[in-house]
Amino acid sequence: MANMSLEKIRMPEQAPDVRNKNFEEVALGYTKEMAMEEATRCLNCKHKPCVSGCPVNVRIPEFIAEIAKGDFMAAYKILTSTNALPAVCGRVCPQESQCESKCVRGIKGEPVAIGRLERFVADWYMANCDEMPEKPVQNGKKVAVIGSGPSSLTCASDLAKAGYAVTVFEAFHTAGGVLVYGIPEFRLPKAIVQKEIDKLAAMGVEVMTNMVIGKVLSIDEIIEDMGFDAVFIGTGAGLPSFMNIPGEALVGVYSANEYLTRINLMKAYLPDYDTPLRKSKAVAVVGGGNVAMDAARCAKRMGAEKVYIVYRRSEKEMPARLEEVHHAKEEGIEFHLLRNPVKILDDGKGQVCGIECLKMELGEPDASGRRSPVPIEGSNYVIDVDTVVMSIGTSPNPLIRSTTQGLEANRKGCLVVNEETNQTTREGVYAGGDAVTGAATVILAMGAGKKAAAAIDEYLKNK
Amino acid sequence: MFRIVNKKELNSSVTLLEIEAPFVAKKAKAGQFIIFRVDDYSERVPLTIADYDREKGTVTIIFQKVGLSTNLLASKEVGDTIRDFVGPLGIATEYEGYKKVAVVGGGVGCAIAYPQAKALHELGVAVDVIAGFRNKDIVILEEEMKAVADNYYLMTDDGTKGEKGFVTDKLKALIEGGNQYDAVIAIGPIPMMKFVSLTTKPFGIKTIVSLNPIMIDGTGMCGGCRVTVGGKIKFACVDGPDFDGHEVDFDELMNRNSIYKEQEAEMAKTHICRMDKLAKELIH
Ligand SMILES: Cc1cc2nc3c(=O)[nH]c(=O)nc-3n(C[C@H](O)[C@H](O)[C@H](O)COP(=O)(O)OP(=O)(O)OC[C@H]3O[C@@H](n4cnc5c(N)ncnc54)[C@H](O)[C@@H]3O)c2cc1C
Ligand SMILES: Cc1cc2nc3c(=O)[nH]c(=O)nc-3n(C[C@H](O)[C@H](O)[C@H](O)COP(=O)(O)OP(=O)(O)OC[C@H]3O[C@@H](n4cnc5c(N)ncnc54)[C@H](O)[C@@H]3O)c2cc1C
Ligand code: SF4
Ligand code: SF4
Ligand code: FES
Ligand SMILES: [Mg+2]
Repeated sequence: MANMSLEKIRMPEQAPDVRNKNFEEVALGYTKEMAMEEATRCLNCKHKPCVSGCPVNVRIPEFIAEIAKGDFMAAYKILTSTNALPAVCGRVCPQESQCESKCVRGIKGEPVAIGRLERFVADWYMANCDEMPEKPVQNGKKVAVIGSGPSSLTCASDLAKAGYAVTVFEAFHTAGGVLVYGIPEFRLPKAIVQKEIDKLAAMGVEVMTNMVIGKVLSIDEIIEDMGFDAVFIGTGAGLPSFMNIPGEALVGVYSANEYLTRINLMKAYLPDYDTPLRKSKAVAVVGGGNVAMDAARCAKRMGAEKVYIVYRRSEKEMPARLEEVHHAKEEGIEFHLLRNPVKILDDGKGQVCGIECLKMELGEPDASGRRSPVPIEGSNYVIDVDTVVMSIGTSPNPLIRSTTQGLEANRKGCLVVNEETNQTTREGVYAGGDAVTGAATVILAMGAGKKAAAAIDEYLKNK
Repeated sequence: MFRIVNKKELNSSVTLLEIEAPFVAKKAKAGQFIIFRVDDYSERVPLTIADYDREKGTVTIIFQKVGLSTNLLASKEVGDTIRDFVGPLGIATEYEGYKKVAVVGGGVGCAIAYPQAKALHELGVAVDVIAGFRNKDIVILEEEMKAVADNYYLMTDDGTKGEKGFVTDKLKALIEGGNQYDAVIAIGPIPMMKFVSLTTKPFGIKTIVSLNPIMIDGTGMCGGCRVTVGGKIKFACVDGPDFDGHEVDFDELMNRNSIYKEQEAEMAKTHICRMDKLAKELIH
């Protein structure tokens, strides 16, 4: 008999006023008992609507049924048959707009906590039966994977399993992409990402850090001089945008990328590290996505007394995961919604002393049905801050496309690929993740890496 | 890990290191730079590629010990390794169509100017080098510069070596004396580059400066290195580091570079403890 509770089993968390001063994980994970009880809320629906909401079609009712039985190993096998990084996805997928949005239990009450259950199974496996994979039998062919974010990690893993000699080229000094430089420790512990990279190494994947492709090597050199049979480009969308408003060059204005990289990748929050970061008392983060929430919550943890989110639309339109918005509010982040910055103010010494915003109201729905914000004339006001973090979006870096002949990109700088195979406009060169879609999600990037790996295997088998 | 194969102290505060980095050496060009990290706790710091040897697979850097990271790097000896060394980054300097160029170097900026003077000389361009230092004790690369320059002018602020005066005095005199420069390349402290640009502007001589904003990744992903050139935002790591000196907002750059002044001073003080800790780690 199914458990008809309208609410998810609550996830234990660090208390807001404790956690907003440390970088340890916010959500602590289900116990076995909690997981098994939550699993009984799943109705094991015949048409499995939830599965269609997942970009990689995780066999949701099947793995949840195993949790209910207490066979976590079986659950893990089902889960990982389609999702290589469940410990990551369980933590960062926007479940409310993907799998859980389609769950029938969500029609009346809360949907089944699919993400939390996924995380539980992955964490259970890591804690109990963590064996390293073995190096598969080699087929003699080489594939180069550029970048080391989720799309690249997935692609490299699938290709290594199929017997290819895979080399990952990463520009930064640490592999992991946004999972290590962007998403903070308190949301995704870096040890989880490192474990995935260690697994790749165990399978014989060579990870070369400090390799900026397009500079140190071109795609053509990788193919012609180094003898790689195919290439996958998973370089993400890391180029930050600024608003082009007065004051953006003042001391105290960061892009979210810089701010988060200093904190997460370069560990500005740990005293042993040499990374400097501005000591801020009041911070305004401009934007409403996951990146903005992460920057705001980091600012709080770095000791800022006041942290504001400044977002030009209303809360409903915020692209961030629901859970992050909720957590941010609990942690004391203040939201200035329907506000658009027009100017960053100079304290007279070249440093930020405030941000001038304009109030907005929602206008008539546009062609897409979205009500776009329109400024209210003369409603300007100033928020006193000493630091501004711009988190208004990113686009793909042109470094590779500008150094590779025949690699086509669209107007937004995204690489053009064949939707069936993820092959770019160059034979043998594939791409996926944010480099193709623009800033999106971890799970979509992984899906693209998987698809490309299958297509590369097909291509090289027939070559 | 990247191994140090050669080390020279050029003066009390300027060190040369030759480092094994075959991939970088293979692609390096004058005007480009690398980013290094000494160990797992270090920041990422950019330095210009002063020279390279494609056969040996080595890259030479010349740097001034100014704070924590450069001191840490200078504490390394031949045979030691450093954790990260990434490059070549930035756009190589272009020398199209020049017949005669003045290369102006200020202090350690001479280390960055040297590969440019050398590249120009090898292309058959006439090169006048004006090198400026505070005093005779910190003069670097004199012989190297002379070897690639048609004329070498040494200036010191206090007149203890060469001529007394600023590089801008000499540059102005040379221009007014009838030297026809197709371009002036100025590399040194920000005020020096600013004043060289102001000096050449009335004569309409193309002036190239090499900017040194604070960088992290060096690939265009953080925007920390943004500078205003001709009223537009440029990322110095990918759009530069060379820019048209007549278009650069030097005051803004100066201001932005001061962001971590206090923390850097603090860190420089504690760097002694850091070195002790490292030494202990080595012993254990
Ligand atoms: C702060 C932040 C929070 C986020 N939160 C979430 C979330 O909660 N949920 C979610 O689903 N998504 C989230 N996202 C989005 C998600 O992280 C990305 O969609 C995803 O990481 C894209 O993966 P990718 O493999 O395409 O590239 P990335 O993860 O961007 O990795 C690209 C890698 O390529 C490297 N690279 C770039 N250029 C080169 C080059 N020329 N040579 C060599 N290497 C290169 C980069 O250094 C990087 O390591 C967040 C993003 C950010 C920035
Ligand atoms: C493209 C480029 C090429 C350079 N080439 C050379 C060179 O060939 N030789 C040389 O001696 N110096 C060079 N520099 C300057 C060098 O990077 C700084 O001196 C160095 O970062 C100082 O670090 P520190 O920790 O020792 O000193 P700190 O005390 O931390 O800093 C001293 C000053 O250096 C600058 N600085 C600090 N951190 C950075 C950073 N991450 N990136 C850039 N600048 C920073 C700031 O202006 C700061 O006030 C170059 C800079 C750039 C951007
Ligand atoms: S991978 Fe993401 S979308 Fe798919 S089931 Fe898991 S949490 Fe849901
Ligand atoms: S829709 Fe919800 S209840 Fe139905 S199978 Fe999926 S998770 Fe279970
Ligand atoms: S150093 Fe980060 S964009 Fe230039
Ligand atoms: Mg420093």
